[in-house]
Amino acid sequence: MKIIVCVKVVPDTASRLKVADDGKQIVQTDLTWIISPYDEYAIEEGLKLREKFTGEVILLSIGPDRVVAGLRNGLAMGADSAHQIHDPAFENLDAAGRATVLSAAIRHLGGADLILCGHQGSGEDDAQTAGLLAGALDLPVVSMAIKLDIDGPAAVVEREVEGGIEVWDVTLPAVITTQKGLNTPRYAGLKGIMAAKKKPMGTLDAAALGLSKDALAAKTERLTMAPPPDRPAVKLIPGDPATQAKELIRLLHEEAKVI
Amino acid sequence: MSNTILTFAEIRGGALRRPSLEAVSEARRLADVASGRVVSVLVGETNDTAAATLASHGADKVICFAAPALSSYSSESYARAVAKAVETEAPSAVFIPYTAMGKDLAPRLAFLTGGGLVSDCSSFEQKDGRLVAKRAQYSGRMISTFAWTTKLQIATLRPNVFALTAATTDRACEVVQAEVDTGARARVREFRAKEGVKKELVEAQVIVSGGRGLKAAEHYKLIEDLGAAMGAAIGASRAIVDDGWVSHSFQVGQTGKTVSPTLYIACGISGAIQHLAGMSSSRVIVAINKDPEAPIFKVANYGIVGDLFEVVPALTAEAKAHFASRS
Repeated sequence: MKIIVCVKVVPDTASRLKVADDGKQIVQTDLTWIISPYDEYAIEEGLKLREKFTGEVILLSIGPDRVVAGLRNGLAMGADSAHQIHDPAFENLDAAGRATVLSAAIRHLGGADLILCGHQGSGEDDAQTAGLLAGALDLPVVSMAIKLDIDGPAAVVEREVEGGIEVWDVTLPAVITTQKGLNTPRYAGLKGIMAAKKKPMGTLDAAALGLSKDALAAKTERLTMAPPPDRPAVKLIPGDPATQAKELIRLLHEEAKVI
Repeated sequence: MSNTILTFAEIRGGALRRPSLEAVSEARRLADVASGRVVSVLVGETNDTAAATLASHGADKVICFAAPALSSYSSESYARAVAKAVETEAPSAVFIPYTAMGKDLAPRLAFLTGGGLVSDCSSFEQKDGRLVAKRAQYSGRMISTFAWTTKLQIATLRPNVFALTAATTDRACEVVQAEVDTGARARVREFRAKEGVKKELVEAQVIVSGGRGLKAAEHYKLIEDLGAAMGAAIGASRAIVDDGWVSHSFQVGQTGKTVSPTLYIACGISGAIQHLAGMSSSRVIVAINKDPEAPIFKVANYGIVGDLFEVVPALTAEAKAHFASRS
């Protein structure tokens, strides 16, 4: 089974964020970069499927050299090979642009039986790229899987929706996005880290993928970015628990008017 | 420039979900400023009541795609249906609720139509006939504004943020039937309703959440009791989900759910950035925690520094008394 996992390398959630001088993006220096937490479930699922069916797990990530460390980490978890997709034409892509680049890369690699992506990249939080990618590859997509069973060219996928669980019938090849609940991602052990150093890491650029900057024009534009306004200071309620409870209910009813 | 806004209306078990009414309400608000019209698309379990409800919240026209094969959701066939409505109505914008279905559907529609998509919008303004959307990014630590460079502006709308318009029965609404190719390689075969969950987190107006301050799984009952007394949905921090006290479907925050209720009560939750990511856009936040330095107090409107094992039962009793006196 040939499995391609698309990985996004993002600032660690706990990073201190600063807005750049242009007021449109975060300052990208002095950040710790990690694999987007949702993508770890995608890598883990790929590895589990390879263990079950044999085959290979190939990682793809768009971005400058900081994505190489993320890809190495995925290789240390057990993936077979990785490709950094990097070109000046690929800087500051929106989700539509990323999907176009990833679809070209997947075609370049001869397609796959299954394409796994985290359901959103933490940071931009768009939750769009996988769906757009499925469209570009003309494949079906199921988002936010919490269970995946594969039998030949057919898959049964479960995903959580408001009020319950949907069970899906899917014909492969397909794009499936992952979230927490699907599995527990493994840690890369020392042995894995050593082995990862010898695994193939390729690079793909715009020329290799036959893409021009025109094909990647952004469809949305961020105009401004700023931290949210401070919330008002907390009003601490004094007294013993019974008094505090009574006063809180009164404030919620009379002052905040939310109950 | 077309002044039509198209909305996708999500229907489950024969009933419209509230986020679909929020989408049509917001479309109405914007259309009224620009003397435009609102067209809603219903796919699958369409019915007259649903169409009338959409009309009462602002739709001038409802397009129903009612083929039997559409009674089970698939992004392929549903996106094709909405794309067909985009073709016939030539709207300037498409609004889709940012629900599990909307998250799956919107990117496919964006691909089919070529329109740009801005996710998880929490407000819109109009500028020279074009939209500017505001949304949270970076786990709620940044607020961004976005515009579209494509003619068609597709947006998903965060549930529970946009106000419902007052329902009216006197709006003229045209209801039309339409057809689309229903083929799909991935579709829902079965829906299993969650048992014992009365309130859906992302649609709830009031949420009571518990964290590690509860000390043991059996104490989560304190949260359930307060939730029941408040008529609230119940949630959890990542820590107690990872410890297996409650299932992942209760988790609020990064890798869990993003919620925007009018009232969020955090009990024994310290307020790690991953938790704040999922609830900091709540209108009123209450924090109950024994540690006065806990970061949750930085976002809370009201705080009680104290022992939740005493405070929460007292609050449950007070809430019961409050709602009993008002019924």
